[in-house]
Amino acid sequence: MTSSKIKESWNSRLGIILAVSGSAVGLGNFLRFPGQAAEYGGGAFMIAYIAAFLLIGLPICWAEWAMGRHGGANGFNSSPGILGFITQKKGFRYVGIIGVLIPVIIYMYYVYIEAWCLGYAVNFLAGNMDFATIDDARNFWQTFIGIGDDGDALGLGIKAVGGFLVLVFILNFVLIYRGISKGIEFFCTYAMPTLIILAIVILIRVLTLGTPVAEHPDRSVNTGLGFMWNPTKTHVEVLDESGSWVKEQELVDADRIATTEALAQTDPNKRVRVITVWEQLLNPQLWLAAAGQIFFSLSVGFGVIITYSSYLGKKDDVVLSGLAATSANEFCEVGLGGLITLPAGVAFLGVSGVAGMGTFGLGFNVLPMVFSSMPMGTLFGFLFFFLLFLAAVTSSLSMLQPGIAFLEEALTINRKQSVALLGLITAIGCGFVVYFSKDLKALDTLDFWAGTFLIFVLSTIQIIIFGWIFGIKRGWKEIHKGAAIKIPAIFRPIMLYVTPLLLIIIFTLWIIISVFGYDLGGGSQEVSSYIKDLFIEPNNVARLSVGLMFLVAIFFSVVVSQSNRYKEEDK
Amino acid sequence: MTTSGWFIMLLSVSSASVLFIWSIYKVLTTEGEDEKVHGFEIETPDTRKND
Repeated sequence: MTSSKIKESWNSRLGIILAVSGSAVGLGNFLRFPGQAAEYGGGAFMIAYIAAFLLIGLPICWAEWAMGRHGGANGFNSSPGILGFITQKKGFRYVGIIGVLIPVIIYMYYVYIEAWCLGYAVNFLAGNMDFATIDDARNFWQTFIGIGDDGDALGLGIKAVGGFLVLVFILNFVLIYRGISKGIEFFCTYAMPTLIILAIVILIRVLTLGTPVAEHPDRSVNTGLGFMWNPTKTHVEVLDESGSWVKEQELVDADRIATTEALAQTDPNKRVRVITVWEQLLNPQLWLAAAGQIFFSLSVGFGVIITYSSYLGKKDDVVLSGLAATSANEFCEVGLGGLITLPAGVAFLGVSGVAGMGTFGLGFNVLPMVFSSMPMGTLFGFLFFFLLFLAAVTSSLSMLQPGIAFLEEALTINRKQSVALLGLITAIGCGFVVYFSKDLKALDTLDFWAGTFLIFVLSTIQIIIFGWIFGIKRGWKEIHKGAAIKIPAIFRPIMLYVTPLLLIIIFTLWIIISVFGYDLGGGSQEVSSYIKDLFIEPNNVARLSVGLMFLVAIFFSVVVSQSNRYKEEDK
Repeated sequence: MTTSGWFIMLLSVSSASVLFIWSIYKVLTTEGEDEKVHGFEIETPDTRKND
């Protein structure tokens, strides 16, 4: 059947760049990045972030683009097919399943969050988002997403997520059914420029807020920018009863830092502690956070880029295209996300109001409250959440294509059949996540194991395959076929030695810290809740979530093992 | 916001912006960027005929 099909392809180079950058630009750019940068001290975080971008993100990105195009030129569009072909070892098809499993599992919960964004945009337009306090905003969110109890998220109506979920689920599958060019590329060609324009409009609004709360002159956009970007952290600490120094507050403004330092010199129970960039860089958590942000942000190790690039012609450029897609993502993340979210939050709620809020807290508690407090907040609230919705759709579309490509390739079925099959699998998974909405346990568990753990695994495997199995000499030649620009020669040893080594170190550290809970600074240890949920204090929803992942993985393994297409290939 | 904060912010934002603008400019001005023969009017793979 495959021989009778015309090979799908992108309509233009700009089309695939917008699609790949659309895949990468998501909620993480506007919500996760600012929170991470602020937590780890702006400048210090950016040093680690840029290092991770150059030494991990870009090399894996180029390797994925090149391997995908090479696989596509030889008739494969899915991660199992491409990795099997490139390594010439059929066992690697099973490894490649990870590249289908990750996006399919992430889609199951990502589309739920996408529905929150659409729901919030609509509710802003309808005038339902008028919050007096942050608690009001939090209560609305908790009711809207059904976090109180299992089954609570199934409600319909404008103030419940159910109806929005059905809408976005259908939208995704309609676009994916229309194909690479007419569906994904068509949508991203309009959505990405729209998203950037909306972000610039909101950015101008945020940067002109000044000091919006008259009774709190310390809350300003300037303070918010300082909280986000100051390279050194300045803490005011006081002596507690046991004689230990404990943090009282964080200072951001240069004037307040100077005033407080003068005051502290006259008070023996108070001190101002400056944490330098170098002190922060000694914290392994900072490096893990920066590397993690690069992974999630660039969509590397997701199984998406390798599939998207397989639809390129065999001499289409991948070097400039890869760089353009990643730079579009970085522009949205650093140039827009880094200037919008935290400054807006701090301007209304102060540093203490936004510190440590997390991605969801910042996006769905703090910002709705902020927008409902600012002039023309209804309009800007709608625009912001519509922006997040567009960013989420361009990402979720990319999560479906690897599954579609895999099913069509391995089962030699047509688009209607693959859409129906993947629709059924993801609908069951999504239904599971939405039903078990209490404390977002299912979502959180899947995000940890598929959205973090497996991404580390796949990234490491891919860069090792590229450098050591495919071979760096061959790989370097492959990358530069039809290249519009040349990659600096320094990246050759980086891709061969540095990136795999760094990935292995970071992955090991992540296991030690985030899974087994070792505190490398203090020497204490507490196993992470994700391990506890599975083995120590069993949680049924967490276990079912991991069980769901295994079921899907087993199904994909059976598909690979029974695939006539792959059997023919082996002859 | 401290002076070093301003410096880090301007350096980060301008670097990301310049890289993005340069990349897109380079993509749009590079020779040999042939559009594929088909456009958005193509049908889904199900409805297309054989070559």
